[in-house]
Amino acid sequence: MAVSIDEAVSPGPVRDHTAPAPRRGGRGRSVLELALLVVLAAVMLFPALWMLETSIKENRDVYAIPAKFFDFTVTLDHFRDVFVAPGGGRSAVSVSFLNSVVVAGVSTLLATVLGVPAAWAYSRFSVKAKKDQLFFILSTRFMPPVVVVIPIFLMYRQVGLIDSKLGLILIYAAFNVPFTIWMMKGFVDEVPPEYEDAAMLDGYTRLQAFWKFTLPLLVPGIAATAVFALIFSWNEFVFAIFLTSSDDVRTAPPAIAGLIGGTTVDWGLVAAASVVFALPVLIFAYLVRKHLVAGVTLGAVRR
Amino acid sequence: MSDPVSLTTDRPGQVATPTPPAPGRSRWLSDRRLAVAFIAPALLLLLAMSVFPLLWALYLSFTDYSATRGGPAHFVWFENYTAILTSAQVHTRALTTLIYVVGAVTLQTVLGFTIAYLISRRTHGRGLLTTLFLVPMMLSPVVVGLFWRFMLDAQFGVINSMLGSIGLGQVEWLTQQRTALISLIVVDTWQWTPFIMLIALAGLTAVPKYLYEAASIDRASEWFRFRTITLPLVWPLLLIAVLFRAIEAFRLFDLVYILTNGGPGVSTETLSFHVYKVAFLGFNTGTASAYGILMVLVVIVLTQLYLRYLNKLKED
Repeated sequence: MAVSIDEAVSPGPVRDHTAPAPRRGGRGRSVLELALLVVLAAVMLFPALWMLETSIKENRDVYAIPAKFFDFTVTLDHFRDVFVAPGGGRSAVSVSFLNSVVVAGVSTLLATVLGVPAAWAYSRFSVKAKKDQLFFILSTRFMPPVVVVIPIFLMYRQVGLIDSKLGLILIYAAFNVPFTIWMMKGFVDEVPPEYEDAAMLDGYTRLQAFWKFTLPLLVPGIAATAVFALIFSWNEFVFAIFLTSSDDVRTAPPAIAGLIGGTTVDWGLVAAASVVFALPVLIFAYLVRKHLVAGVTLGAVRR
Repeated sequence: MSDPVSLTTDRPGQVATPTPPAPGRSRWLSDRRLAVAFIAPALLLLLAMSVFPLLWALYLSFTDYSATRGGPAHFVWFENYTAILTSAQVHTRALTTLIYVVGAVTLQTVLGFTIAYLISRRTHGRGLLTTLFLVPMMLSPVVVGLFWRFMLDAQFGVINSMLGSIGLGQVEWLTQQRTALISLIVVDTWQWTPFIMLIALAGLTAVPKYLYEAASIDRASEWFRFRTITLPLVWPLLLIAVLFRAIEAFRLFDLVYILTNGGPGVSTETLSFHVYKVAFLGFNTGTASAYGILMVLVVIVLTQLYLRYLNKLKED
């Protein structure tokens, strides 16, 4: 089945795909449909906009009853508080952002290094029970994290990986490898194997052929796949909260969630931290918008 | 699930590329070895981080082990399983989970498909609209949970404020038993409607245009066209999306943890959340493992269903 999201997501002129214009009351109906879409879009976007608004409001406006939509004083204090601790120096949340960068970055790198060659091998060679192996690989990704974390917790306690970045990196890599293999296999399938055959006739080994001719063609696909893996690791919460506890290891999601622990909650700070946390994800997601369908279905559904 | 350790490849004669042994191919690094060398590291990581822990959980599920008490584990065989399957507490959680999964996934599907259908009928601005609609899906459940908690706050939440300004009463969204579960469903729907929309839209744009043209020459009504052309062609893809969401909703934990923490009472405790409480607050590691294994069984059944439909879709 041909599935393409390119046209639907990429802005710009779009070919006429819709059915011929409705015959009866076409114009009125079209306006009605547009109005409905705009209302739905407003409802879907409102929470995100409200978060953005809360992050730049002064505290008395944040808690105003009734809520203030437009006439509030703009302040960037909350964003300063995200990065700077009350007494000066780095705040715990800003340290957790750095941890998140390290953990998400290294685990993505690991998943890519392990996943891309495996995807190439699955695409090019006839491996025994290939389909079963691939389905097995994908199904490990569907295990409930709360269940997996129990034995992982005991395992890490044995080998001293509890409350360490390495522990988080390993489990995130393991969760991203199935995705990387499925996603990349699709990209490798699109590169004709004849390129490698031709290179081998010229005297290159199979490995050289892969390295010199196929891999360069895969770079855009690898980049898109890595961006998704990065987003998954960046957003992950369950493993992070159960496997880490100290401030200098904790990643951003549990750190931000920790902001509501006390008796009073500084919602302006929570909103600012959430905006800082979510912005890179939205930018990255926009960069890979052409591959979103494949990305969000873990590489299972694609064109 | 297949045997995870079957790494051996077929005989070299069956290698995918039918070319005769090329001159440049070094003997010691044959295709077969290369395949093993490239696949093995990834599979080893999965074995260590996914399969082994599950096997350990399986072993623990037959014991009375407790992570805090320590000491040796005693085999109790199926005691944990019978205790869970006959527990009224677990039945309540199963019902909560069922209501949540069915409610959220149904709402998402209806809304997501509607939005996709409306967008697919537009000729201009589709890219912009789609991009805007996708924002909630990309946010972390932590951010989503925290922020909705603020918006649904009974005192200074913006939702109650808006309800008040149009003359409706205040609702204690997260602190009343019935509304708390509804809130959970609404928040999950808000976050994941874009997912269904995205995949439905992919299906809708793939419907060949000539089918509609043929139908309009035949003067078929719009409803007829929708029912006989659009729906049958989009349905297989939509089903995949729905199953995917059902699996994700079944194993959901973070949103519950942030938004309601299972409360008030146990009204929003899903199975995932209950496992967490048994394991990390009750420290009954053995029981929690059995509980987890039962959940894994459900996920495996759902995943098999998902993969089967996926396979069917790929073969068409």
